[in-house]
Amino acid sequence: MIEARGLTKRYGRTVAVDNLSFTVEPGRVTGFLGPNGAGKSTTMRLVLGLDRPDGGQVLIGGKHYRELRRPLLTVGALLDAKWVHPNRSARSHLWWLARSNGLPARRVDEVLDIVGLAGVANKRAGGFSLGMAQRLGIAGALLGDPQVLMFDEPVNGLDPEGIVWIRRFMQNLAGEGRTVFVSSHLLSEMSQTAEHLVVIGRGRLIAQCTTQEFVERASESAVRVRGRGLERLHAALVEAGRAPRADGGALIVPGVTTDEVGELAARHEVVLHELTAQRGSLEEAFMQLTSDDVEFHAGPVVAAAPAAAGTGR
Amino acid sequence: MTAVTLLAVERIKLFSTRSPWWCIGLAAAIMVGFGALFTALSGGADFPLTVGTTQVGYGFALNVILVMSAIAITTEYRTGTIRATFMAVPNRTVALLAKAGTVGLVSGLVGEVIAFAAYGVGRLIKPNADLALDAAAEWRYVSGVGLIFALSAVIAISVGALVRHTAGAIAILLVWIMLVESLVGIIPRAGDDIQRWLPWVHANHFLTEGNGEAAGEGSGFGLQMPFGPWGALVYFAAFTAAMLGLAIAAVERRDA
Repeated sequence: MIEARGLTKRYGRTVAVDNLSFTVEPGRVTGFLGPNGAGKSTTMRLVLGLDRPDGGQVLIGGKHYRELRRPLLTVGALLDAKWVHPNRSARSHLWWLARSNGLPARRVDEVLDIVGLAGVANKRAGGFSLGMAQRLGIAGALLGDPQVLMFDEPVNGLDPEGIVWIRRFMQNLAGEGRTVFVSSHLLSEMSQTAEHLVVIGRGRLIAQCTTQEFVERASESAVRVRGRGLERLHAALVEAGRAPRADGGALIVPGVTTDEVGELAARHEVVLHELTAQRGSLEEAFMQLTSDDVEFHAGPVVAAAPAAAGTGR
Repeated sequence: MTAVTLLAVERIKLFSTRSPWWCIGLAAAIMVGFGALFTALSGGADFPLTVGTTQVGYGFALNVILVMSAIAITTEYRTGTIRATFMAVPNRTVALLAKAGTVGLVSGLVGEVIAFAAYGVGRLIKPNADLALDAAAEWRYVSGVGLIFALSAVIAISVGALVRHTAGAIAILLVWIMLVESLVGIIPRAGDDIQRWLPWVHANHFLTEGNGEAAGEGSGFGLQMPFGPWGALVYFAAFTAAMLGLAIAAVERRDA
């Protein structure tokens, strides 16, 4: 379990993470969603004790990361697949990590097997493709068989096969009762991977809920209807307590079903040419939600925040 | 996590890349090569042959060791492995001490081996010359090279940790040891007073004191040194500890 309370981090005058509180529960994949530069990587660095918070704290299973005596046995993290010496072999890289936390050498071969890198274990990591580097990073995260796993944008730059592999892999880890916290800037990706979401924008919490809730809240469902005699239908819809709006030669009716509109149309003898259910695109809705946040709270501090994009390494 | 474990970790890291091997090989070639060359060509009144003659390569070999040591930490910053290190060992003081300890120990061992190798080759080249280690100062010279290498390596690690940039750290170290320490003496009036307190002047004094002017630069550039050879070593060690302390304080305070 990961618990952040009032987490704040500034870089100079830029506020990268702003009074952020959230909880990541075990047994499910929790997505950490936000546009680039929202402060996802910074938050993960704060969790791992790499950066020091300016305010608040974050605990893993009730402890600060720096208090963990053999941290790899508690938390496994992949923040950046490139954090490997390019001239070191995959096996050497994992071996020094394992050794530092008192893990046996055979564990290195086990995790190389799990991620499918056993065949290139003695090759230099600098020659790895991005997909292989991500797998090596995941192998490092798995070394200590930890209960908490964190991945920062793990599907970035992966081919479809790799994406499916990582998605299933994370779900399996969560299925084993582990805490899995994975960041992404793509809602469509998260909606397929994560059960639960922590959504941030400009370093602040926007939502913390199940993915389904967020998707429903984010994407307005509406019915689009076109035909002869739409004025009558419009009046009928208003009478029925709906709020139709004109869209060119059609009506958009939010929050109704096609059944309901069809019945109404028949009762009022409206000839229909089109009756379709619409669901707003997830990405659009997500952008709308996160940009709302900017519009709502754009104070002087936040106005300086575009530079925060640089912290989203 | 015991100290032994962390030293082993740093040893794996150091020797699983190629640059330390190259640096050690280069340091050995320079130390033995220069010693052999000077020993072979010395002799007579103009170019007296002493134990120090076999060790003339130590300054150049030391530069290579400084580069190796600085790189051992700056590449961690360049590649980001320093973050992997701090994730595996969140106690940064301990992590940095382990690295300084490992690189210092390796450098010390290398220094010891190549100093005696250079001495041995000198004996082979001039079997009839009086190169016996029969004076305390001569013993100190040959067996002291390893000590100076070990302490210098720790200084290089500290500079590397402070600067976090390979080219920057190497430039600072080499300009400092090769230019600043020898050229500060030409400042009018104050030059000597500054120079006699510089760290590697003391290291040099520790090694060469009592070995005659022919041994390298003479006893600390012919300065009136504040301490004897062992005092100079203590001073150099204290300087090393101060640098390491600064580096640890910076690494603990900064974001990785």
